[in-house]
Amino acid sequence: MEQRRILLCAGTGCISSGALKARDALLDELNKRGIADQFEIVSSGCHGFCEQGPLFVIHPEDIFYCRVQAEDIPELVEEYLINGRVVDRLLYMDPITNEHIKNHMEIGFYAKQNRRVLHNCGVIDPENIDEYLGSEGYVGLKNALHMEQVAIIDEMKKSGLRGRGGAGFPTGMKWDFTYKAKGKKKYIVCNADEGDPGAFMDRSVLEGDPHAVIEGMAIAAYAIGADEGYVYVRAEYPLAIKRLRLAITAANERGFLGNNILGTTFNFNLKIKEGAGAFVCGEETALLASIEGERGMPRPRPPFPANSGLWGKPTCLNNVETFANVPLIYRIGAEEYGKVGTERSKGTKVFALTGKINNTGLAEVPMGIPMREIIFDIGGGVQHGKKFKAVQIGGPSGGCLPEEQLDLPVDYDSLTAAGAMMGSGGLVVMDEDTCMVDLARYFLTFTQSESCGKCTPCREGTKRMLEILERITQGQGEPADIDALEELAESIKDSSLCGLGQTAPNPVLSTLRYFRHEYEEHIVEGKCRAGACSNLVTYHIDSENCIGCTVCAKNCPVNAITGERKQPHEIDQAACIKCGVCFEKCKFDAVKLK
Amino acid sequence: MTKVNITLNGQAVQVESGKTVLEAAQAVGIDIPTFCHDPELSKAGACRMCVVEVAGARNLPASCTTPVTEGMVIETESDRVINARKSILKLTWAGHPQDCLTCEKTGSCKLQDYSYRYDVDGSPYKGEVKEIPLDDTNPFFFRDLNKCILCGKCVRKCHEVNGAGAIDFMYRGFGTKVTTAFDDAIEESSCVFCGMCVDICPVGALTPKQGLNQGRAWEADKVLTTCPYCGSGCTFYLHVRDDKIVGVTPNFEGPMDGHLCVKGRFGWDFVDSPDRLKTPLIKKDGEFVEATWEEAMDLIASKFEGVRAQFGADAIAGLSSARTTNEENYLFQKLLRSMGTNNVDHCARL
Amino acid sequence: MSVCRNLDKLARTVIELAIKLHFIIWKRRLDTLKEVLKCYDEDPFDYGPADEILVKYQGQKGTMIPILQGIQEAYGYLPRQALEHTAKQLKVPFSRIFGVATFYAQFHLTPRGKNIIRVCQGTACHVRGAAKILAAMKEQLNLEVGGTSEDMKFTLESVACIGACGLAPVMMINNDTFGRLTPDKLADILKEF
Repeated sequence: MEQRRILLCAGTGCISSGALKARDALLDELNKRGIADQFEIVSSGCHGFCEQGPLFVIHPEDIFYCRVQAEDIPELVEEYLINGRVVDRLLYMDPITNEHIKNHMEIGFYAKQNRRVLHNCGVIDPENIDEYLGSEGYVGLKNALHMEQVAIIDEMKKSGLRGRGGAGFPTGMKWDFTYKAKGKKKYIVCNADEGDPGAFMDRSVLEGDPHAVIEGMAIAAYAIGADEGYVYVRAEYPLAIKRLRLAITAANERGFLGNNILGTTFNFNLKIKEGAGAFVCGEETALLASIEGERGMPRPRPPFPANSGLWGKPTCLNNVETFANVPLIYRIGAEEYGKVGTERSKGTKVFALTGKINNTGLAEVPMGIPMREIIFDIGGGVQHGKKFKAVQIGGPSGGCLPEEQLDLPVDYDSLTAAGAMMGSGGLVVMDEDTCMVDLARYFLTFTQSESCGKCTPCREGTKRMLEILERITQGQGEPADIDALEELAESIKDSSLCGLGQTAPNPVLSTLRYFRHEYEEHIVEGKCRAGACSNLVTYHIDSENCIGCTVCAKNCPVNAITGERKQPHEIDQAACIKCGVCFEKCKFDAVKLK
Repeated sequence: MTKVNITLNGQAVQVESGKTVLEAAQAVGIDIPTFCHDPELSKAGACRMCVVEVAGARNLPASCTTPVTEGMVIETESDRVINARKSILKLTWAGHPQDCLTCEKTGSCKLQDYSYRYDVDGSPYKGEVKEIPLDDTNPFFFRDLNKCILCGKCVRKCHEVNGAGAIDFMYRGFGTKVTTAFDDAIEESSCVFCGMCVDICPVGALTPKQGLNQGRAWEADKVLTTCPYCGSGCTFYLHVRDDKIVGVTPNFEGPMDGHLCVKGRFGWDFVDSPDRLKTPLIKKDGEFVEATWEEAMDLIASKFEGVRAQFGADAIAGLSSARTTNEENYLFQKLLRSMGTNNVDHCARL
Repeated sequence: MSVCRNLDKLARTVIELAIKLHFIIWKRRLDTLKEVLKCYDEDPFDYGPADEILVKYQGQKGTMIPILQGIQEAYGYLPRQALEHTAKQLKVPFSRIFGVATFYAQFHLTPRGKNIIRVCQGTACHVRGAAKILAAMKEQLNLEVGGTSEDMKFTLESVACIGACGLAPVMMINNDTFGRLTPDKLADILKEF
């Protein structure tokens, strides 16, 4: 009898949800029943559907079980693996139709995707190079090694691939600049310092398909004439680092890295550098400073890294997702690759869907599809049936798009025109309970604390913008504050040294563009319509509705609620930290927001 | 050297390729304000005061780091540029003490000069202000980090020119400050007190202790002189007011590019010391008595002759000084040899 | 460098032996020896782990950050002595090392608690109420962000996205992730530590 293949997601999200405990339980159970040899259990990378983790996909029938905990394993083995009866309660339930769905391609989340970069993620064992090779791995590199360097670069230009890290610079041009730069020693650097809060596609690619990144880097190295490369990974991604390290060792052993790659004279040695916790190191010159062991402070450009980068040598930097696109281009050709996407934004883009959305996870879609499809068809719409308010795209450097912009095609140029940006591809969905002023304040808090402190506009300007936003969210705003914010935003954008500063005001500018009335309400009426600005809201107990069940008092983390059993309770406003637990726990609608 | 054609404020200019926009502007007499630029140091592009408008560029690039390219059209004082500079000044003032009345730097402070030039009278932004205690623990200069604008020239001077590397940027973002490791007292760091950081500080964050409250920068006459401490020949300006030395500034055009050491930079209080000898003294009846140079020279010559006559020329030896020049040292050995001895030595042998 | 340190150990042993055999030594010499021994006692810092890391990276380029990461892993934080020692060995100004150590969020200059609580403040967590989780955690532990409890049991930190956005709001305690948090769940979780 042929072995059945059980793919379980061992990405960071699923591990956090208990995937490894469930895997151990499964192994135990199968051993206990003496049927372990009938199954091949593969710990794969991220399947993308983190919301539903831990995920188990069983082949050949492609059945998809989700939120499988260790205690569900005996039932799953008994009912399904042995008796072939589908365990309905572990199937995915469509949030709109409430139907159980068996096969993973029938789930809305997957059905609308076009998984090119992620095609191995969740399908192969990332720690086994043979599985990558079995999935046409390193074919792109073999093809490229038969081409002239110039031809490789031309092919890249023809593919239309643009940098997936944020700015969307054409990859082929970057390679060309570095290829033409004078100097014998050149470097390839992979930017895996994925710092945008709410973006985790690079982590998932490294965890789920590390060889794709290695192959992409090797092709780039051969094209530009580099013999040494670095992958700069955030230290917050220990699993990605571990899998990448294993993959590099395996690739070295099989001759895809190291000296005389695949029998040619091409040498390429790849090393990992772990970051140390600084968002600004996602900026290319700061990243290089960090690899060199300095403070991660951006350097003026020009000179661009293509001419003078790591240790002053020509250096080509691309991000993880960009490199992961490369093998495909040399496997199927630029022409075929370019058939997906739009004229000026070719290929696919991986988005991280988070926030108040039903299907949190990673979704890869063709460039140019409307934002609405991503959020409602793939993402399954807003949680708890609430009303959609806006989506933040591009993280702290990007902007938000309101409901009326949802039919916008998702590509580099349309997003920039609408005041947002592609960024690394984080999509954070907000509903009516999200305050847009508070959101702007949140992003400024982030950029402020991550500002390197080198240039005046960013160091001092983001600080003052944040102070103004803090005052507004605390109900101490003044009418002149909006003008001050706009004035500061313009000069910070105009005169900052690096991309972090130049884009830091974007969340403020875009929320001002689409949600100016919320700012005005905070300032003029002292009101936060979302109830998110805690200084502008207080919680009270309506003595009419309160039956004295004591649930609120029991759950209050700071014991601010007092009252006798069966008597109306009261909240001590001085002790209350406005966490909202009482509001959520009360079944009698007795806790009111004012 | 190839030349490129650029347009600066409407004026067609030919510049050597490889020059920065700032250098090109300076060459034709256009003044662009800078805080963090110093021709001797690596380029930081940090203060953003020197931003200019370049046709076709999305942002305002810093002129100190942007090389000229063929056909570049640059405006150095457009409305957009002026707004950005005003904004930088306002932001700088938001955290800077407004004590120009008593600040030692008044009159030679770039923040003050540029605020005047761009009509900025303080900051509209209220919020957190740094409160770092004044550091007066070393004998030579005050450090008032509340006045520091983080241009980083002192850091680069310390690492790139002096090599002492006593200070660096610490922490990050709004909390960034220039100080020693673990905020140790300057004296406990690797600082050698060359004072170059004090000389290039554009604001009142680093000010010399000597000359305190003894006059504004514009009240002193500046006298170019050569340092007497050694033979290197460093030149500097002595600031003189009412016949008293009240300060020193390096001569950046001089042979040593304005580099000084602790002695030349700070060690001039001996000039007006009451203990200083102004005439030779000759001991008569157990007491030193003032004498003329002729008397002193005659006495020395007669004593040398006496020794030579009695014990021979080899009984005489000469020790020269590191405070004299090469030429003087050369003449000194000539003198000794003319007296018939080869016993000549010099104290500087390390 | 480890040779030097071994010699130091040897010298120390010799001095200790000499003191034990004091009957053959003059009293004044004995006092001097005790003084010398005190110098050793004043710097009881164990440079061994730092030396091991420095040897590992000898002769390589751009090693400052990996060395600091290694030192922090060995000592739990970046002790001043280890940094000074590193500066000397790498021939890098002490100020520069301190500058790097204070730039990156990962590095800590003071010892931290036994359990590190990191409350995620990423965007996904923020819109799902991370600020309330952090406020409740501060209240529970009576600590500010970055603070360590007096009994050295907990250190409270915030972190910008750990990538577990599907479970938002989340926190990590050491290497365990706790997701779908609400303020009322915190007390029970803390009890486990």
